[in-house]
Amino acid sequence: MSIFVDETTKVVYQGLTGSQGRYYGLLNRDYGTKVVAGTNPKKAGTDVDGIPVYATMAEAKDATGATASCIFIPAPGVKSAVIEAAEAGFEFVVAITEGVPAHDEAWFYNKLKSDYPDTRLLGPNCPGIISPGKANIGITAGHIAKPGGPVGIVSRSGTLTYQALYELQQKEIGVTTCVGIGGDPVPGTSFIDCLEAFEADPETKAVMMIGEIGGSAEEEAAQFISDHMTKPVSSYIAGVTAPPGKKMGHAGAIVSGGKGTAEAKMEALRDAGALVGENPTEAGELMAEIVATL
Amino acid sequence: MDLLEYQGKQFFARYGIPVSDGEATSDTEEAVAIAERVGYPVVVKAQVHTGGRGKAGGVKLAENADECRVHATNILGLDIKGHVVEIIWIEHASDIAEEYYASFTLDRAAKLHLGMLSAEGGVEIETVAEENPDAIARIHINPVVGLTEEACREWVAAAELNPKATEGAVDILMKLYTAYTEGDADLVEINPLILKPTGEVHALDAKVSLDGNATYEHPDYEQYDATQPRDEREAAAHEKGLQYVGLDGTVGVIANGAGLAMSTVDVVNQVGGAPANFLDIGGGANADVMAGALEVINNDPSVQAIFINIFGGITRGEEVANGIIEAMGRVTIDPPIVIRLDGTNADEGRALLEPHLNDKLMMADNMLDAARKAVELAKG
Repeated sequence: MSIFVDETTKVVYQGLTGSQGRYYGLLNRDYGTKVVAGTNPKKAGTDVDGIPVYATMAEAKDATGATASCIFIPAPGVKSAVIEAAEAGFEFVVAITEGVPAHDEAWFYNKLKSDYPDTRLLGPNCPGIISPGKANIGITAGHIAKPGGPVGIVSRSGTLTYQALYELQQKEIGVTTCVGIGGDPVPGTSFIDCLEAFEADPETKAVMMIGEIGGSAEEEAAQFISDHMTKPVSSYIAGVTAPPGKKMGHAGAIVSGGKGTAEAKMEALRDAGALVGENPTEAGELMAEIVATL
Repeated sequence: MDLLEYQGKQFFARYGIPVSDGEATSDTEEAVAIAERVGYPVVVKAQVHTGGRGKAGGVKLAENADECRVHATNILGLDIKGHVVEIIWIEHASDIAEEYYASFTLDRAAKLHLGMLSAEGGVEIETVAEENPDAIARIHINPVVGLTEEACREWVAAAELNPKATEGAVDILMKLYTAYTEGDADLVEINPLILKPTGEVHALDAKVSLDGNATYEHPDYEQYDATQPRDEREAAAHEKGLQYVGLDGTVGVIANGAGLAMSTVDVVNQVGGAPANFLDIGGGANADVMAGALEVINNDPSVQAIFINIFGGITRGEEVANGIIEAMGRVTIDPPIVIRLDGTNADEGRALLEPHLNDKLMMADNMLDAARKAVELAKG
């Protein structure tokens, strides 16, 4: 099994007619993802390489029965795109777009929570989600992931997610689902949401978690691991040597007021019983050791 | 984007928050003219992106033109923790009865806005939080609901300010919340928020940090770009649109993706080296971006070796290799380069690089080996 998405998930691409949406939408379809529609109010009735384009998410849902959406709309339009998908009843919304203002994110996170509790948002500013061999929604290179299991991956960083998939593939370890939650201050889906889903998924036997500096999401995840996880976890935190007060690329990756350091996160994870690697390769090796004992 | 105090005060004033009458200048005589206009006594304040200005001699009271001139002369050019003062702010001095603290920021853990208010102002809030956490009244605000006046009144009551300050504080905090949300700020902080002997509440300082992602909603924020604290290298990289952070070491780092770039910096440290920078060139790694990145790093005199760490995802190894080769043809690079290329079609990419390898351009099999080699080269 996999978490959140599988081979039956039908996906509508919001922004399919844009250059990024088209490029990744078609790549995702080639991978095997059920890319059933796109939306663009100005291009309704047309198609992108055979994929029909509808004016609204409600129409796309009515016509296709899709339950998931993937947003490739520029930052200023993301807030209304998320709400449109939620209003139309989409259960899983993946927002790839980077550069969304933090106040917008905080607003739609809380709006979904109160008014559309059945909609799960992943992102923004994330690489998306891949259940290898079943569905790939977003910008992950599908062929670097080995299908199967027993490992689930959750990560805040895009390239480190790829690095993790690759390390496991080199060791011939399969992945059930790999979720990139994104590097922004208010991610729609948290580490804990993913850990909880992996814990409940019978095919996932171990979890690799990749964090970075800033915020306290890794510490909260460590608490969850300690309290609720029976499955082993290997982990890596980027930014051990990042200087305080400087954003390391991601909006959320900043050590401020002595909070959000990699050291504190690694310590919390170790205390929770997770194996913590000093670099991505070591985290992969630790996971190989875990898998060997399963 | 971090605002200087005077920019923060101007930002507050736009939302109707009372601040002292004043003006910014880089000129001594103009400072005196401003002082004459706002009326003595005045405070001459250094405008730098760091705390501890008062202790460093960057904040002085002047009773007359002579004093104002002396202070302005001394403060302009003053080095405060590595920040040289180029701008001073002259404002009419305020009488202070009590000093408070007020701020709004995003609580990432709660995913709600957080307001903090304390009767113990004028000192570092971190110190108050540690030594007397009960002295800070906190309020969590759901962005969908906003800050209601009723909730604001309860919050002010909980902070136990002087009752004389209640109405003024409620008024300022409501306006400050509007400034925070409508202005897309990461942080708005008033420390101290003062109660004057005459009963008015007033923002005596302003710390504002704006969300760089929201500039499309606020085109006027471009004006703050010029006063961002950047060293020369960071300014050059910023002009090329590169995500660059200057560090103190000798190994120049180029990687694709923020996480991998951070990880590369870590690994250089782990093998005993010191990175000169963090540089994320994004996913594509094309020749233009690579050439720009190499140029920025090559211009850093402390760089003794360069580590290019690329993981090909959607971008194939051949494209990455061609980008590097083309970039190398365009800019002359002095320090030796070590490349680690992995991921999609890495073998094909490495084969393309092979004929170009020499003692100035090397390849390594993995991230750790590449880091070791670059560090060794940097140490000479």
